[in-house]
Amino acid sequence: MANKPKPDELLSNINYKPPRTQWTDTPVEFKKGYYCYAGRPNNLEYISLPHGRKWSSTDDDWQLVDNWKEIFLEGMENLLKKFRSFRLFMDICVRCGACADKCHFFIGTGDPKNMPVLRAELLRSIYRRYFTISGKLGKIAGARDLTEDVFKELWYYSYQCTECRRCSVFCPYGIDTAEITMMARELINLLGCCTDWISGPLANCYRTGNHLGLQPHTIKSNFEYMVDDLEEFTGVRVEPTFNRKGAELLFVTPSADFFAEPGMFTCMGYLLLFHKLGLDYTWSTYASEGGNFGLFTSNEMMKRINSKIYAEAKRLGVKWILGGECGHMWRVLHQYMDTMNGPADFLEEPVSPITGTKFENAKSTKMVHITEFTADLIKNGKLKFDKSRNDHIIPTFHDSCNTSRGMGLFEEPRYVINSVCNQFHEMPENTIREQTFCCGSGSGLNAGEIEELRLLGGLPRANAVKYVKEKNGVNMLSCICAIDRAVLPPLVDYWVGDVDVCGVHELVGNALIMEEGEKREIDLRGEPLPGMEEKEEED
Amino acid sequence: MKIEHILLEKKQVIIKKWFDLILETYPAETAKFMKAQRNRFGNPVGHAISEGIEGLFDELLQGMDHDKIALFLDNIIRVRALQDFTPSKALGFIFILKKVIREELAKKIRDNKLFEELMAFESRVDDLAQISFDIYMKCREKLYKLKASEAKKLTSIIMQRANII
Ligand code: SF4
Ligand code: SF4
Repeated sequence: MANKPKPDELLSNINYKPPRTQWTDTPVEFKKGYYCYAGRPNNLEYISLPHGRKWSSTDDDWQLVDNWKEIFLEGMENLLKKFRSFRLFMDICVRCGACADKCHFFIGTGDPKNMPVLRAELLRSIYRRYFTISGKLGKIAGARDLTEDVFKELWYYSYQCTECRRCSVFCPYGIDTAEITMMARELINLLGCCTDWISGPLANCYRTGNHLGLQPHTIKSNFEYMVDDLEEFTGVRVEPTFNRKGAELLFVTPSADFFAEPGMFTCMGYLLLFHKLGLDYTWSTYASEGGNFGLFTSNEMMKRINSKIYAEAKRLGVKWILGGECGHMWRVLHQYMDTMNGPADFLEEPVSPITGTKFENAKSTKMVHITEFTADLIKNGKLKFDKSRNDHIIPTFHDSCNTSRGMGLFEEPRYVINSVCNQFHEMPENTIREQTFCCGSGSGLNAGEIEELRLLGGLPRANAVKYVKEKNGVNMLSCICAIDRAVLPPLVDYWVGDVDVCGVHELVGNALIMEEGEKREIDLRGEPLPGMEEKEEED
Repeated sequence: MKIEHILLEKKQVIIKKWFDLILETYPAETAKFMKAQRNRFGNPVGHAISEGIEGLFDELLQGMDHDKIALFLDNIIRVRALQDFTPSKALGFIFILKKVIREELAKKIRDNKLFEELMAFESRVDDLAQISFDIYMKCREKLYKLKASEAKKLTSIIMQRANII
C-alpha cells in the first residue's frame, strides 16, 4: 500500500478534458493511424495526375507548386460551373444538424470534424470566402482564407469519409456529403496529393486492367488453381474461358474474387453456377477488374478506368454484360457508366438466356447484377438447392453502401440467401438497407496505415453484427462487395470474434445441386460439411 | 451504516456523474451527442460506456465477478484503445469513479467515519484498473497483429502459387 500513489495524486495528474477549440482552428493535428500515405510520383505520372513528387503527409512542407492556390480556386470554380448540385450543396445547408451523428466515422472516432456537416464546412468555408459576394468583401462568418493549413485539413478529412452517403439519407435537403468529398478529392488531385493506396492500384489498373497488376497468364494460372480446388471439393470440373470472341456474355467482377480469400470462394460459386447453366460466357483478362478507384479520384479518372468494360464487350462481340458482387464497381456502372462511356448501342438489351426474362432496369447500361440474374433463375425454378449444406452457417447480410444507397438493391441478395440457407437473420433496422452502416474502408480507405481509423469507422457495423451473434448465434456475415470481403474479416475479428465473412454466391455454390444424387462432404472452403457424413449413412 | 448502503442509495447520482465526467474526455459536441442519442446502434460508444459503468458499479458493490467485470471493461476499453487517447487517458475513466465518490459522499463518510471502508472500496477500484491494463494491451496487440496479417494477406496467395513462400 505504501508505494501506491494516493487517489488524489493520481487524479491530479489526469487532465482528461480535451482542449476546447473552434472548428476553424488550424493546423489540425495528423493523428497516427488516421492519415493515409502520400502517392508516389511514378504512379501519379503513369495515370497523368499532375505534380507528382516525393513527399510525406506528415511533412511540414508539402512542396505544393507555387501557384497552388490559383490552381485550387480555378479548379473549384470549374467544378461549381460544371456541377449544379455542387453549388447547391455549398449554398443550401441550414446547419440543422440532422446529419451530424449519422456518420460512422464520427460515431466511432468521436472527432466532431467527422460530422458530415463539419466535413462539408471545410470546403464550404472556402466557397464562402471566394465565391460569394459578402465573402469576397471579407464580411461573412464561417469563411476562411485558403492557406496551406486549411488545405491540409481538407485533405485529412477528405480521406476520413468513405463517400457512403449515409448522411444524405437524413438530410432534409438531400445534401450529399459524399459528393462534396468527391469534389474535394478532385481538387486535391489537381495538386498531386493523391494517396498511395488509391494511386497505386489506379496505375496498375490503367496498365493491366486490374488493381494488382496481374497479367493475363497470371490470371489464367490463378484460375487453374481455383478450378482444381473446386474439382477436389465438388467433383465438378468447370472450364472457364478467357477473351473468347463471340461468347454471349462477358462477366466482370472485382479482381479480388480471383486472387484473395474469401473472395475466391465467391468466385467458385460463380463458376459452379455458370457451369450448371451451361452459360455461354467469357472472362476478359483486361476487363479483369470491376473495381474503379477513379471514382475516388476524379471524374475523368473514373471515366478512363471504366472505359475498358464497354471496349472489351465490343472487342469480344458479346451481347451483354453480367457483373459480379462488388460495391463501388456498381456505383460506377449504375450511375455513371452510361453517360460517361455509353451509349453501348453495339450491345443488346439484356435477356436471360435461361429464363427469357428481360432485365428492363439494365436496358440502357446493358449490364446486369449477378444477384438479379440468380434471383431470376431461382424465381423461375431453374436451380435446385440442398439448403442443408449451409446449415453450419447462420448468416446475416451486410448491405454495402454502394449497392444499397447507390442503386437500391435490397431484395435480390436477401431472396437468394433465403433460397440457399435455412437460418438467415437480419441485423437491427437502423443498420441495414438504406440506413446501412459502412464497413469503414470504402472509397480507397482500405489502407493498412489507417487501421485505427477503419476499425473505429466500422464499429457501428460490427456492433450490429455482435448483437445478432449474441442474439441469434449468427456466425457468418455475408455481403456482395469485394472491399467488404477484404475488410470485414479484420473488423469482426477485432470487435466481435468467431464470425466469418462470405459472398452471397459462395452460399449459392455450397447449396447448388449440380446433378441428381450428388453427394458433397466438403464446402467451397475445403472444410468438411458437418453432419453430411452421418446423413449419408442414414440415407 | 455501511459504505455499500450509501453507495447503493446514491447509485444513480454517482453513475450519472461518472458518465458525465467520462464524456468530458471527448470534445463538447461529441459528448452532447453521446448523451442525447439513446439508440444503442446509433450510439455504440455511449451505450458501451453507460451500460459498462453501471455494470461495473454493481460488481464493485456485489461480488466482483471477474468475467463480468472483464466484459464490461472490454466493451469500453476496446473503443478507447483505438480512439485518440494516450494509455493513461484511455484508462483514466476508472479513476474518475474515485473522484466522484469522494465528492459525493464526503460528508457521509466523515460523519459515519467510513474511511477504512472507503479505502477498501477504492482498492477494489484499483483492481479494475489492473484488469484494464491487461485488456488495453490485448487490444493494442490485436491491432498490431491485424495490421501485420493484412499486409501479408495481400500478397500471400499469389506468392504461394508462385512457390515463393
Ligand atoms: S442535414 Fe443537410 S441541411 Fe442539415 S446540417 Fe446536414 S447537410 Fe446541412
Ligand atoms: S458520406 Fe458517409 S463517410 Fe462521408 S460524411 Fe457522409 S456518412 Fe460520413
